[in-house]
Amino acid sequence: MDVTLPRRRLCFGLAAALVAASSLITTSTLAQPTFITIASTTSTEQSGLFKEMLPAFTKATGIEPRVVALGTGQALDMGRRGDADVVFVHDQVAEEKFVADGFGVQRLEVMYNDFVIVGPRVDPAKARGKDVLEGLRRIAAARAPFASRADKSGTHAAELRYWQAAGIDLGKEKGPWYRETGSGMGPTLNTASGLNAYALADRGTWLAFKNRGDLDIVVEGDQRLFNQYGVMLVNPAKHPHVKKDAGQKFIDWVVSPAGQAAIAAYRIDGQQLFFPNAKPGG
Amino acid sequence: MVESPPLLAARDLTVVLGGVKALDGLSLDLMAGRRTVILGANGAGKSVLLRTLHGLIAPSAGTLSWARPHRQAMVFQRPVMLRRSAIDNVTYALSVNGIPAKERAARAASALERVGLAPIAERPARALSGGEQQRLALARAWALKPEILFLDEPTASLDPGASAEVERVISAIADEGTRIVMTTHHLGQARRLADEIVFLHAGRTVERTPVADFFRQPASKEASLFLKGELPWT
Amino acid sequence: MFEIFASLQAAWALVNGADPALARIVALSLELSLAAALLGAAIGLPLGALVAVGRFPGRRAVIVALNALLGLPSVVVGLLVYLMLSRAGPLGSWGLLFTPTAIVMAQSLLVAPIVAALARQTCEDAWRDYEEQLTSLGVSRARAVPTLLWDARYSLLTTVLAGFGRAASEVGAVMIVGGNIDGVTRVMTTAIALETSKGDLPLALALGFVLILVVLVVNAAAYGLREWSVRRHG
Repeated sequence: MDVTLPRRRLCFGLAAALVAASSLITTSTLAQPTFITIASTTSTEQSGLFKEMLPAFTKATGIEPRVVALGTGQALDMGRRGDADVVFVHDQVAEEKFVADGFGVQRLEVMYNDFVIVGPRVDPAKARGKDVLEGLRRIAAARAPFASRADKSGTHAAELRYWQAAGIDLGKEKGPWYRETGSGMGPTLNTASGLNAYALADRGTWLAFKNRGDLDIVVEGDQRLFNQYGVMLVNPAKHPHVKKDAGQKFIDWVVSPAGQAAIAAYRIDGQQLFFPNAKPGG
Repeated sequence: MVESPPLLAARDLTVVLGGVKALDGLSLDLMAGRRTVILGANGAGKSVLLRTLHGLIAPSAGTLSWARPHRQAMVFQRPVMLRRSAIDNVTYALSVNGIPAKERAARAASALERVGLAPIAERPARALSGGEQQRLALARAWALKPEILFLDEPTASLDPGASAEVERVISAIADEGTRIVMTTHHLGQARRLADEIVFLHAGRTVERTPVADFFRQPASKEASLFLKGELPWT
Repeated sequence: MFEIFASLQAAWALVNGADPALARIVALSLELSLAAALLGAAIGLPLGALVAVGRFPGRRAVIVALNALLGLPSVVVGLLVYLMLSRAGPLGSWGLLFTPTAIVMAQSLLVAPIVAALARQTCEDAWRDYEEQLTSLGVSRARAVPTLLWDARYSLLTTVLAGFGRAASEVGAVMIVGGNIDGVTRVMTTAIALETSKGDLPLALALGFVLILVVLVVNAAAYGLREWSVRRHG
């Protein structure tokens, strides 16, 4: 046994570490089937829609869709930075600005679902009904606990629009009853469940959510609760590395009859979550 | 008798440790081919002197001049072994000193042979007894073929049997021509191993005498008191 | 209490059922955490040892900084790595964002300071014992680094295991730089976070128990390795 053995062992350890690291780099950047990065929202992921419909896309095109699920605001930021090839979110105003600012090529409508207000079954604020604005007014009047996502998401943007339309100035009315969780739909529902609070949720995430506690749907069916999803290709003019062909294939597929059928086919407990409404010809 | 120039000339060495002058203007010449034992009471500065001559402590004043660069080694009171086998401790020292790989194994094996540790060469060094570890330290020093070997109370932690073995090894090393500079508390050991005694008191050399003369009649008052066991603690 | 017991049973069922999706997630978590532990150790061990034996201006400030990094908020590391790897960032052209490599990078940055700070303390303690003897043998401070690291290998193994534990338990940074992409960058911790946000707490807890089991197995293996090594080499 030579005294250089310990040094040899250290070198071996270092070499092993470098081999491990470099093999990871190789496997993740080379020899990969084509993949695209899709920045989407937590509602599409946590409802389970993507898990159901994306394999059909891969089968049809051989392209692997890699979904990073964040809030709408974060997803659009990712698009602006060029860290995604496609953005698939639900905030029409923000999406149109995204395209107008030159970050997206074109906005196409894909599907809609609806929002619901969930709350404690005993409904202390008496918000139950078909009118979302009236429901919110009663919750504010009763100072009943309300959990807001407060995370620049599409759902949060919608929530703020409803408060405004209901004539409630959150800046003035906000108090300990209005809990801003700054998190995704699931964590916000967890918080609402724990606090026995009201919350605005998309129906898809709600149906897939398992920790409901005493919560149930209190307001639904209002036309204004309609929630439109749009898809955009990140502009290759701004970010030349964007996989524009593969990304475009995804967009084409999602608005095609095949894609629209896949969306309609997704159900939880027999209920359809998302309703395809792509317009032919874009 | 005309002596050749000293191997190592120390002039007016001053070393301050913890606010105390451990060496106070000490001067000493080390000549070739001798066996020097340094005696003195506790606190006289023996260990500090050894470490300063070896280069482990930098003096705050004074000079150390070597006639030419010399290969040195030192054995401490408590042997310090690496967490590996006995023979690997020796080959480590050889590799650090640039001995090529092919030679190391042979040199280490032969050094272990000379100190009688060949049968336990592969045993973990830390599992050896105190005496065996000290002999291993000597083997390690010896394998380097030093021209001058410093030893700081090498048998202080050992029982008489182990002490005797260590003394035999030191003698053998000196017989091969290595210059020995040693400190000890054992007067009998000093008498056996030395050919000259350097006596230190309060950080200075007080006398330097051939061994037989020293034990018969030391030249200094402090040395006399020391031999009688009456020297006060410095 | 009952839910916890039910989750334990679910965890056991998961392990026995050997669901391929779960197996893939477990394998990925293990692979990435081990790679990060090794990479972090490759950086942290020599760094810690160098600071331990080095003498340079600002050494004390470096030690304080290293110790402070023990409390480095992982979400900050995640954010910094994200900004580096983002297309809009300096290393964007490498295309590493949302890949397992990005996860290893972030985890290694969390592991390295832990390993460095702990190794620094371990090596400093060892150096205190060895400095005199190693200097006497002619070992420079730089040359002492690999010697100390090898000698303290059993203590340092525990340090590297602490690093592994840190990597394996990380959620925030992994979520940020990996994106928790199903089948690509979803690891145990981010899967647990996802199930938690879907409200499936029993499943999340069951996955948590599986993760604890995996970490236990790694630690048991490391302990076994140590025992075997001690018996063989001492």
